[in-house]
Amino acid sequence: MPADIGHPSISLDLLHDFSELVAYHFMVNALLAGSIVAVMAGVIGWLMVLRRESFAGHTLSLMAFPGASGATLIGIAPAWGYFGFCALAALGIGRLAGVGRSRHVQASAGIGTVQAAGLAAGFLFVSLYSGVLGGLENLLFGTFLGISDSQVLVLAVVAAVSLALVAVAARPLLFASVDPEAAAAQGVPSAALSTGFLLLLGLAVAATSQITGALLVFALLVAPPAAAQALTMRPAASLLLSVGLALTVVWLGLGIAYFSIYPVGFFITTVAFAIYLLAALVGRLRR
Amino acid sequence: MSATTPALSLRDASITLGSATIWQSVSADVRRGEFVGVLGPNGAGKSTLLRAILGLLPLSQGSITVLGERPRNARQRIGYLPQRRVFNADARVRGSDIIRLGLDGARWGFPLPFAGSRRGAVARRVAEVIELVDADSYAERSIGELSGGEQQRLLIAQALVRRPELLLLDEPLDALDLPNQANVAVLVQRICRAENVAVLLVAHDVNPLLGYLDQVIYLAGGRAAQGSVSDVITGPTLSALYGVPIEVLRTSDERLVVVGQPEAPAHHHDRHAG
Repeated sequence: MPADIGHPSISLDLLHDFSELVAYHFMVNALLAGSIVAVMAGVIGWLMVLRRESFAGHTLSLMAFPGASGATLIGIAPAWGYFGFCALAALGIGRLAGVGRSRHVQASAGIGTVQAAGLAAGFLFVSLYSGVLGGLENLLFGTFLGISDSQVLVLAVVAAVSLALVAVAARPLLFASVDPEAAAAQGVPSAALSTGFLLLLGLAVAATSQITGALLVFALLVAPPAAAQALTMRPAASLLLSVGLALTVVWLGLGIAYFSIYPVGFFITTVAFAIYLLAALVGRLRR
Repeated sequence: MSATTPALSLRDASITLGSATIWQSVSADVRRGEFVGVLGPNGAGKSTLLRAILGLLPLSQGSITVLGERPRNARQRIGYLPQRRVFNADARVRGSDIIRLGLDGARWGFPLPFAGSRRGAVARRVAEVIELVDADSYAERSIGELSGGEQQRLLIAQALVRRPELLLLDEPLDALDLPNQANVAVLVQRICRAENVAVLLVAHDVNPLLGYLDQVIYLAGGRAAQGSVSDVITGPTLSALYGVPIEVLRTSDERLVVVGQPEAPAHHHDRHAG
């Protein structure tokens, strides 16, 4: 990547490095978008890990393929196709798998079925399009080049809306996640919450993939929350820590990638993996 | 609400699920502050009775009054411990969080960080019930790491945290070893007296509860008998309920053994359906 941005060089002068980092508008946008996505993934991923719905999250991330190919086929921006297919898959999983109704075996089978159907649809779209699907690598592994102002704005709006929804439903969602029977007895609508959460998760996955790529969303969606939950059991502290770690992952990953010739997805994922390993180790030592 | 309003009053009540009548013409009365055991064989409709009290199942006949109101309207004043639920060993939730969710977990909206006095009241109430069930030493630990007896105490605290006037405990002794069964029975009786809360405790064996119960409601053969342990758990009463000759033997250590009851096909999950 240095070829097109004029060989940025890292020095030990942090101020110089920082000014170099934000010298280009695309990099400012990447940092903004990355930060927005990190906060969203830190919160929604935290709930996903707590609810043990990582497999559902993984399936939603794969909807990038039918989403992008479908969008290309009908001539709209790939991101819209992705959001659309994520929402569709979230509804399908909520309906078919009955996630949250403690039927775990059937739930994972139902999710797997939705995953296969989504991928098959993507394959069909590609052959119907019969052209070369552009930007496939960026779609799968992420990029920080060419994130436009309007994309940053869309991400900010999506994040603000979904975080507001999470805030409103925070306690019933937490209650239904950790103690479903007692929550149901107190009239918490756990089935509706479950589907609603999957829709939010779909939004978060689609948003996160704009930075990390579809295959690497878990770098932000799983690693920071899982690390935070390994480090503390206090819900509020754990949630804040999850967001903090996700931001650290994005900033470090983008920073290193900027001064390197290797892709951003690799660095973000490696930083996330290192943080998770450290947290798991610390958590085990303290037990 | 006067202190003399009964906690529960059932008149000629019947429940039908699909085409099956679970029980019929059941009448029962529970006064404030009474400790009542709900007994009977698997599938006799013990959990069904609790669900009817919570207003989750309609009666097909008869009437039910809970704390002087229709069941649904009384739900806020009932504490309910659902049938045995297990927390995974790796569940990263503290016991105190589980209790706290019982207090405000059903409330929508973000808990405001600056609503100091409210938060203080919540924390105080949680600490109070933790002390009430003697769980101080482990309430801050991960609930998945705790023993069955410790988990059960925390769950009873959760059911108590909203100061219910009626407490419904569905098989809280299930899957506990004998010393823990006795501990929980003592605990529930103490709470019943100290908080003046009426307790309906579902169990399939009366022995761990002997000496603590004020009354029993015995469900069998689609009917119910109510009274003191010594009145209900007798050969003649149970024979009439089951419709077959039943003998009740008293062992030298005062345990009761019911002999001759037609065992329902005793698959473990039957109890969860009933």
